[in-house]
Amino acid sequence: MIRTRALTKDFVVSRTRTVHAVRGISLDVEPGELVAVLGPNGAGKTTTLRMLTTLIPPTSGTAEVAGYDVVTHPDRVRAAIGYVGQGGAGGASQLVRDELVTQGEIYGLDRRTARSRAAELIEALDLTEQADRKVESLSGGQKRRLDVAVGLVHEPSLLFLDEPSTGLDPHNRANLWEHILRMRTAAAEPMTIVLTTHYLDEADTFAERVIVVDHGQVIADDTADALKAELAGDLVTLRVAPEHAATLAGIAERASGTRSVHVLPGAGSAGAGSTDVGSAGGASTVEIRTADGPGATPGLLRAADDAGVAVSRVDVTRPTLDDVFLGLTGRSLRETAVVDATEGGSAKDSSAKDSSTHDSSITKEVLA
Amino acid sequence: MSAATLTPGTARPLPRRSFLRDTRIVLVRELQPVVRDPFSLVFGLVQPLVFLGLFGPLLAGSAGDALGGDVWLWFVPAVLAMTTLFGTSVTGSNLQLDLSSGVHERMLVTPLSRPAQLVGRALKEMVPIVVQSAIVVLVMLPFGLRPDPIGTVLTLLQLAVLGIGVGSLSYALALAVRKQEWMFWVVQQTFLFPVMMLSGMLLPLENGPAWMQAASSVNPLRYVVDSGRAAFAGDLLSSAVAWGWVAAVATAALGLVVGVRAMVRSAD
Repeated sequence: MIRTRALTKDFVVSRTRTVHAVRGISLDVEPGELVAVLGPNGAGKTTTLRMLTTLIPPTSGTAEVAGYDVVTHPDRVRAAIGYVGQGGAGGASQLVRDELVTQGEIYGLDRRTARSRAAELIEALDLTEQADRKVESLSGGQKRRLDVAVGLVHEPSLLFLDEPSTGLDPHNRANLWEHILRMRTAAAEPMTIVLTTHYLDEADTFAERVIVVDHGQVIADDTADALKAELAGDLVTLRVAPEHAATLAGIAERASGTRSVHVLPGAGSAGAGSTDVGSAGGASTVEIRTADGPGATPGLLRAADDAGVAVSRVDVTRPTLDDVFLGLTGRSLRETAVVDATEGGSAKDSSAKDSSTHDSSITKEVLA
Repeated sequence: MSAATLTPGTARPLPRRSFLRDTRIVLVRELQPVVRDPFSLVFGLVQPLVFLGLFGPLLAGSAGDALGGDVWLWFVPAVLAMTTLFGTSVTGSNLQLDLSSGVHERMLVTPLSRPAQLVGRALKEMVPIVVQSAIVVLVMLPFGLRPDPIGTVLTLLQLAVLGIGVGSLSYALALAVRKQEWMFWVVQQTFLFPVMMLSGMLLPLENGPAWMQAASSVNPLRYVVDSGRAAFAGDLLSSAVAWGWVAAVATAALGLVVGVRAMVRSAD
């Protein structure tokens, strides 16, 4: 459905400065896939999408979309694809229904067919009450549903979504996704969907394949689970008395699937006057990155028991795509949580942990 | 990708596209809000009526004799040209709204012809011009305006053609400065007033210095204003009317060429 080879886009900003927005992306997307392109702002996600949707020509390299070259046959590509851009698709003073009918006519439907298609989409995307209102009177979530409806009028076999849920609250994001996924399976042939997002949970929950882009290049491309297992791994956190920390770390290092082990000294060992409360007061923390946390933990605990090490607390955290990005680049995907590389491993790990807790709570909200 | 991997949906032949059909789609879409809310056209009438009500009497008092005869026959065609100029030169700001939202981008990703996206918008400019001009003429009848009926209709059509050109240039400007939106108003205002003054709309140019008369000779609006005055007076076959048509058609042609070029390049 999509095939790019060394796709490149440079923007000449001034005589002395050229921005290399996309640096040689080669991609293959098969019909029916649901692919998320994930990356920080400025990574080249939108620029790539703008080339694939014929909005801007590549500086070099090739891209075939729906079987046609984007440079030599832009009209063929345009007829085949649907596009939901970052901005709103509906004109402020237009009526919702009129915009859908117009879009249908643009794709060659006669007026009657366009009207019935518009009515179908209004129903499907839950815009019945808004159908005869001006676009400017819609709420953010309603506008976004209209944008998706506009992109789907001609039943495209390939739909591009550029940050579809940015700016929506969790409830509206979940609602939008419900509609997108339903429209996808309702099509005669499962629609291919390519979306960009910087919401990690969105890529994680909905995409069957995640392409991680950074500095205009693809740095990882697989299912979310595979990326997490290969590039991040689960985090098993064990609490033990400080004198047993080294023994436990040794056990963990010998266990199969272990990638790295960190020992964080507890407050007790750092000096008197521990403020740590509860049974684990003064305990050390052993952090273990492993391929399969839930599977490895029972074995670790048994081995610890056999060695006479009493583990007081166990925590297993599944990685997020942010951990994947962190593992790949040393930076967090969240602009607000950029980890300074000089801070060292422990700081990195704790920040990753923070973001993972945060992330899973968002996911829960979205799925609720 | 080989043909075997194409999904059936993409293998169907492209529907035949017609430039006229695309233009009509754009034109109808642009007209829908106007037709639904015709009151919006009334706002465009405030300015010409102010000029007629507050400047007309001054003109009659100070230059009435110099104009030789009926002041309304001299001034109303000029006010219609002014309404056309003001109304169509700001129309690019509508496109600016579509550029800053995703509407323009949405259209560019469809197979809709890009020249049609400009031409359809430009043709829409004719509607407010004709409606507003007709209202101004009707409003002025009780005040003693007695224009030649055929001359009036021809003048409205000529203004509509001029409006296509000025509107296209306004769209082209909006597209050209889309990365610094505020520039639109700077350029529009910079051109608007000299073009207006050098058309002889408000006061006769015959009394101005020679350099002003020379500058006005390259201003198409001047010919359209002169044409309107001749046509309102019933002088339908005068050279002024012929030159008016030349100026209006030339402005429309220039505007469409510049506008279509800007539209075709508008995705970069």
